Amino acid sequence: MKKWFMLILVGKDQPGIVAQITRALYEGECNLGEASMVRLGGNFTVMLMVQSAGDEQALDHLIGPICRSFNLRHHVDAIEGELLHHVEPDVRITVYGADRAGIVAEATGVLTEKGFNILNLESDVGGTEEHPIYVMTIEGVAEQGIQVLEEALQKLAREKGLETQLEPIDTLIG
Amino acid sequence: MAVLDILVYPDPRLKQISKPVEHFDEALRSFIRDLEETMRAGPGSVGLAAPQVGRLERIVIVDVSCKPKIKHHGRRVLINPEISWRKGSAVGREGCRSVPDYTGNVARSKFITVRAQDEFGRALELQMERYEARAVQHEMDHLDGLLLFDRLVSRRDLFRRQSQEALLPKPKPL
Repeated sequence: MKKWFMLILVGKDQPGIVAQITRALYEGECNLGEASMVRLGGNFTVMLMVQSAGDEQALDHLIGPICRSFNLRHHVDAIEGELLHHVEPDVRITVYGADRAGIVAEATGVLTEKGFNILNLESDVGGTEEHPIYVMTIEGVAEQGIQVLEEALQKLAREKGLETQLEPIDTLIG
Repeated sequence: MAVLDILVYPDPRLKQISKPVEHFDEALRSFIRDLEETMRAGPGSVGLAAPQVGRLERIVIVDVSCKPKIKHHGRRVLINPEISWRKGSAVGREGCRSVPDYTGNVARSKFITVRAQDEFGRALELQMERYEARAVQHEMDHLDGLLLFDRLVSRRDLFRRQSQEALLPKPKPL
């Protein structure tokens, strides 16, 4: 029986990484699940669900040569693969401000306290060298409703000098 | 009346172009009653198009009246619908009963004028906006074999346009 693994790859971004890795996995009779690939600070990063009849070592063996040729670091973990049961977010929150340490911890700390379950989070640093801006977008489920989150974010904005926005996600089902 | 089976992608019928309705008879109205019952049987469903139940004719039904605080026209059957005017664009989250366990962000016109016929063949012209306009555009896409994959802006809501605009530096007074 095939089992699920999470494959994580990190390294300097170069063209052709995804094509070569996925070709090796396909030829090694693996199946791919959900994936998130993003360039972070110029680094190539991917998290990839891989279904394989082999174990961690067999996966290492499959992709090892490619990782070495691209100078990528990789990590494989056995996971529970739960497909086709997505949890739908009902709120999107944007937090931004002049970049400094602590923004994520302050914002997510307050949100967790108010029953917000984070499903997706992405952040970027924009602006200039002199004036970097930190921008974070979060989607999640407001388990205690939106009102308490709005109040908490307004307080956060006032006390920590951040800009915050909250918008309900009303998914249309047609 | 009956709840009909909903086709699920990759059923090839969902990619077909549907034919105009020519006969506004009791058989048509009986089908529309079934289509409505099928729509109402889906949790949170605000519309359904005839091809979603395997009838390749240009018939949609929408009813967004369950959503609080929005402008709408109640239950509407739109036969041979056409959008004669459109303005503005907005991105919103959509799901589809023919594409289970998947939602994505889709750009739609914010305001539309739709010309159609009702179940008795009488001509209709309706001005619709925002959520209701989105529902009609989603359902009308089914008549041309288009699914939300064909209109996807992004899988998730990260870095949406309004917050991006908010990040632009405000013009300084001269």
